[in-house]
Amino acid sequence: MTAVLKNPWIRTTSLVVFALILIIIVNSMAHGRFLSASNLIQVLQQITYSCILAVGQTFVIITAGIDLSIGSLVAVTGVVMARVANALPFGGPLLVIVTLLAGMIVGAIAGWVNAIPVVKLNLPPFITTFAMLEIAFGLAYIISGGSPIPLQSSAFNGVGTGMIFGKIPTPILWMVVVVAIATVVLMRTRFGRYVFALGGNEEAARLAGVNVARVKTAVYVISGVCAAIVGFLYMARFSSGSPDTGTHDELLEAIAAVVVGGTSLMGGQGSIYGTFFGALLIGLLYNAMNLIHVDSYLQRVVLGVVILLAVVLDELRKRYLAQA
Amino acid sequence: MRGIGKSFPGVRALSDVTLTLHSGEVLALVGENGAGKSTLMKILAGAQRADTGTIAIDGKVVDIATPHDAEALGVGMIYQEFNIVPQLTAMQNINLGNEPTRGVLLDEKAARERARKVVEDLGMDLPLDTPASQLSVGALQLIEIAKALSRHARIIVMDEPTAALTEREIDALFAIIARLKAAGAGIIYISHRMEELPRIADRVTVLRDGSVIETRAQTEFPQNEIIRAMVGRPLDAHFPDLPPVAEQAAVVLDVTHFMRDPGVRDVSFSVRAGEIVGLAGLVGAGRTEIVRCIAGADVPDAGILKVDGSVVRVKNPRDSIKAGIAFITEDRKRQGLVLGMSVRENITLAHLAQFVKRDGLIDEKRERAAAIKMSDELRVRTPSPEQLVRNLSGGNQQKVVLAKWLLGQARVFLFDEPTRGIDVGAKAEIYALMLELIKNGAAIVMVSSELPEVLGMSHRILVIRGGKIVQELDRAVATPDKVIAAATGAAA
Repeated sequence: MTAVLKNPWIRTTSLVVFALILIIIVNSMAHGRFLSASNLIQVLQQITYSCILAVGQTFVIITAGIDLSIGSLVAVTGVVMARVANALPFGGPLLVIVTLLAGMIVGAIAGWVNAIPVVKLNLPPFITTFAMLEIAFGLAYIISGGSPIPLQSSAFNGVGTGMIFGKIPTPILWMVVVVAIATVVLMRTRFGRYVFALGGNEEAARLAGVNVARVKTAVYVISGVCAAIVGFLYMARFSSGSPDTGTHDELLEAIAAVVVGGTSLMGGQGSIYGTFFGALLIGLLYNAMNLIHVDSYLQRVVLGVVILLAVVLDELRKRYLAQA
Repeated sequence: MRGIGKSFPGVRALSDVTLTLHSGEVLALVGENGAGKSTLMKILAGAQRADTGTIAIDGKVVDIATPHDAEALGVGMIYQEFNIVPQLTAMQNINLGNEPTRGVLLDEKAARERARKVVEDLGMDLPLDTPASQLSVGALQLIEIAKALSRHARIIVMDEPTAALTEREIDALFAIIARLKAAGAGIIYISHRMEELPRIADRVTVLRDGSVIETRAQTEFPQNEIIRAMVGRPLDAHFPDLPPVAEQAAVVLDVTHFMRDPGVRDVSFSVRAGEIVGLAGLVGAGRTEIVRCIAGADVPDAGILKVDGSVVRVKNPRDSIKAGIAFITEDRKRQGLVLGMSVRENITLAHLAQFVKRDGLIDEKRERAAAIKMSDELRVRTPSPEQLVRNLSGGNQQKVVLAKWLLGQARVFLFDEPTRGIDVGAKAEIYALMLELIKNGAAIVMVSSELPEVLGMSHRILVIRGGKIVQELDRAVATPDKVIAAATGAAA
């Protein structure tokens, strides 16, 4: 047991093994439907939104912060983008790009506002992003007038419901691109290194010359931009910007994916691929339970147990490491 | 306390210490930083356990395993850092953890009565209903004393009680100590201030390197003899020869009129190329505060900093690093290292820009090569550069901190307690490295609480007391007695 727990890969790998065993069991119970390509693609599509949110959240959590506002930011960026798209005089790919950029700018500004009190006054991000959750939620309804704003252009259909190679839904491609870029930024750039350093020991990072304020601000901006991308994908999929998208379970699912994926809420460690696997595991779990007709309330219980198991395992591993 | 011994990994903190305390007396316990005073008192208070030896109270051998045991036996410990909850009132703090109750409810009346009685018995001037956050340091000290007495303490240990007090508060404290004595309590009084001893102590025990050197009645123990007993040993021989500073060597670091409330008061000095300046003084004298201001870790209120003749405006650590100042902090775990990161990542953290390719990504091959080169040069014993620094020994961790700063071309190195908590071998390597740095024309400022280290490794010694430079001693004339005398404010 001790030797197993000392392995730094144990977190992610044990989850993958766990998932594999689950897959084999469920597959036989569901008469082979679980492992079919179409079912797996469906799972990937379902996790796309929470996974992209979780990627942004991963940056924040590695700095030992938290962003509670992402769900509301999905809503507010969605309705803003719908208004922008309907107001612009042109169509086609240019409309899609300009609309997305507008949403990203709104998401980035919201993230920046989230960060100001954290950076300047050292306030806990739990509070500032909680306030933003409320502000953005209300603004989404004010901007939309309380009902969904239908898109007048059909330019977004390809993004929302299109297929690549005839069978893979476009949103999956978006998720893959976001995960890939985020992985490179976090693992291969100076900024990514500073994110870890900041979460691991903020004072040491500061004394080593890291611009702590700038790095902290950037992680909330990234999280806001990720929320805007999700707002964009939802808007394209439903062909309308609705003030209630993103405001249900999205925040909690994103945090669950990050935590199950092995990123520490205490900061300093974590990974994007872990978050991706965390989101995938949760998606597979829900899908499998649906296939074998597990009661939907029981599904919530199972998810809760999985989250708890993941963090308990992580803590046990750390204690064994500390003893060594 | 008889035959007390205590070892920590790599350090023998106490060996065969025997101490007696009579009722109705004040025993002063003196010694240099790290002599073992605090460890000895922690053992008495149950915060640490001795490896060997026995403790007897009123002639009966007792076992003090926890702070609770100590309290039950009538030992009251007043640490330098108070254990006071600022939001609670003085009365609530006095009763904290020992609240009188009626059933499940707090008995306010009994609590107030108890606090009032202790305070009145000693004639303390202490408002019971004021939140501790609004009280002065002197008043907080009184709360701690009252807290100990309300638990019927008969042995009271005070660790540097006057360090943060004003003259008037000190007078009040001494009056209370006199009353405690009259009531039959025994008091162990730890102090660095020589001038206080005649006013307060009955006997004086000198501790050095974990052993009792001498105990004498205060009236028969003149100040200069106390100091000699504290310093005692000849200089350790393991310091390398310092090459003299060249006559024409240019000034590299120049600090003028540095001020930062409350730790730094009008400090001016300069360091030339190839020179090591040692900052000596007691803990809390302001030495660390001075180097922190130079490093940009704190922003000075006023003052001018020049590196190689050009003025550097320091607003944060980045400004200092850009100006060529490297700050090797005192507390490597809290300030020097990211423990959860690898040796490689820690070494390159302050100079990561060197390894960024044109496409914005870190060139990990080059980064790794540089980390391996630095850790080889400094002989960091690690299985691989990917090892987490958390898993290294103290000496190797310190070398990683040094490697981090050697990666840049710094002109000024600020060492704060460079060899604290590391073994002799690693110490020698760090001294050799400092020599290497000054040979290459760097300027070094070294803060150290180890007197032999300051004397052995500095060209010049600045003694700091109360945030000011109180004396400058050249290497040729500096002696342990002179440094201690200046640091403690005793007449040399």
